[in-house]
Amino acid sequence: MIRQFLAIFRARSMEFLRDRGTFFWNLLFPIVLVAGFALAFGQPDEKVFKVGVIGPTAGLPALLSSPQFQQVAYPADQEADALKKLRQHQLDLAVAPAQHRYWMNAESGKSILAERLLADELKLAAGDESKLASGTATSSTPPPALWAKGAVTGKPIRYVDWAVPGVISMNMLFSCLFGVGYVLVRYRKNGVLKRLKATPVSALTFLVAQAVSRLVIVLGTVVVVYAGTDFFLHFTMNGSYLDLLLVTVLGIVCLISLGLVFAARFRSEELANGLMNLLTFPMIVFSGVFFSLEGAPAPVRTAAEIFPLTHLIHAERQIMLNGAGLLQVAPDLAALAVMTVVFLAVAAWLFKWE
Amino acid sequence: MDILRVENLSKVYGSLTAVDHLSFGIPQGICFGLLGPNGAGKTTTIEMMEGILSPSSGQVLFRDQPIGAKFREKVGIQFQSTALPEFITVKETIELFSAFYPNPRPLAEVIELCSLSDILNRDNQKLSGGQRQRMLLALAVIPRPELVFLDEPTTGLDPQARRHFWDLVNRIKAEGTTILLTTHYMDEAELLCDEIAIMDHGVILERDTPAQLLRRHFAGALVTIPEEAVANPSDLQKLTCCHDLEIRAGHVEIETSDLDGTIRSLLEAKIDLTRLSVHKPDLEDLFLKLTGKFLRS
Repeated sequence: MIRQFLAIFRARSMEFLRDRGTFFWNLLFPIVLVAGFALAFGQPDEKVFKVGVIGPTAGLPALLSSPQFQQVAYPADQEADALKKLRQHQLDLAVAPAQHRYWMNAESGKSILAERLLADELKLAAGDESKLASGTATSSTPPPALWAKGAVTGKPIRYVDWAVPGVISMNMLFSCLFGVGYVLVRYRKNGVLKRLKATPVSALTFLVAQAVSRLVIVLGTVVVVYAGTDFFLHFTMNGSYLDLLLVTVLGIVCLISLGLVFAARFRSEELANGLMNLLTFPMIVFSGVFFSLEGAPAPVRTAAEIFPLTHLIHAERQIMLNGAGLLQVAPDLAALAVMTVVFLAVAAWLFKWE
Repeated sequence: MDILRVENLSKVYGSLTAVDHLSFGIPQGICFGLLGPNGAGKTTTIEMMEGILSPSSGQVLFRDQPIGAKFREKVGIQFQSTALPEFITVKETIELFSAFYPNPRPLAEVIELCSLSDILNRDNQKLSGGQRQRMLLALAVIPRPELVFLDEPTTGLDPQARRHFWDLVNRIKAEGTTILLTTHYMDEAELLCDEIAIMDHGVILERDTPAQLLRRHFAGALVTIPEEAVANPSDLQKLTCCHDLEIRAGHVEIETSDLDGTIRSLLEAKIDLTRLSVHKPDLEDLFLKLTGKFLRS
């Protein structure tokens, strides 16, 4: 069994390494994509200030409702989230009208500018109201409380920092689906599987060897691509590399299992190819590879949960950008694990050598 | 004793009966040829015997037992068409398959047996037709099989490569391995097989040693004259010598046990014998006689 496994593992891995075209494509494609993102989206040039509004909006300065400001609402108990976004330069200001507080990021030019505008507005409002209060004895308006200023610091998260988990995961998706699904369908079509069926090798040994070979290849590619691009781009990494590695391995295993479902029965490469494309495109769009789904309608976000890529990318971003530990990404890990088991069971149930 | 036996074996695809209640056995140690034109049901039969295809009804017995898990370790199979894993060499492919079997033949022995030393480090995808068949034969002999299945192993090879391949098959035969061969080449069957079965439309028409079959069906020699040399072919029927006469593809064929008498009669009938030919009937003729079809269609 072990001897059979090692022999198949070796043959499949050699096939990959010697197939120069596929080999370089697997390495170059993600590198080019990551580099392209870094260049294309290197300079954020958003014209509006993004302000996080924490808790009820009553008493919000009028300035923040002007077109120059874009509001992002946060419930009162998610103040920490808003501040984290502020630290990462994803928000330019955070305000809590109910507490009469605001925060700015002292390391962000845009935040400093936004604060100056807000401070002017608050000063002006305070002046107006005190004038009113002193001039009219019947006024019931209490003197306005002064707004307290809070400052945070933090380096910006560039688009490329945000995009790199998505791009690398997308590459993993292609490599797993096509490297397992498509290749096995080709083996079935041209008779390689039939030849193996005529030997004492069991389907399980064969498939596990294929899957493990692909896992090693994809993981190796990911490490090389990540390390290679990180050398030039210095990605934000607030979490543990070990956690990231574990999440990545689980993600690859899950995607390979999905590839095995496609590999189980089809004889036609065209059909398998078409169906895999049909699945990968929505998955890439709705898993948040290129853009965040945070603003998407809730049903879309819920539907996207069905894709393994959604969980993989979410967990990776949590670790890299927010410094999450395994415990914090446990729901994503659980989802990936359950999906893996389901995919493997379906693949085993459907599998036919011919 | 039969090493492999099929009983009432049938395979039905929708309305097509590819194999129709076949029953026969293959004695141990012989080379058994399954002959038939394209579409006769040879490959379907052999794949059911290999355990690759499951029969619609009937059974296959290996040493009187239904074929089971151990069967695959004891037989070697060469399919009609097989792709090989890509980007690995002949040597690596043999090593790969050697790992599948509990007691494989050593690499050097496989190389020697199948004459692979010249192509050992060549990529699988870069083999010629003949080299490829040698390589596939090597995969079949790796397990030290008791029984080897060869499904049309020389189809599409040039005459030299075919001859080379026959030498290899004879070497394997000399080791005492039982061989089941399908072919539509009569010369191949005559040269390699101890027994043959002629198959068409999913049934076996005849089965015996090649010599016995020919003796049973042909009296002696076959005399062939171009049709245009005979003014009125029906006249020939009147000749006492030529009762067994057929006109086929522009030739008059006369089967005779008395060659002298036949030629004398033809001369007497003033028939131009310039392009007359005489030959010993072979399996090709037998096949034509049994099925009315040419084998190499």
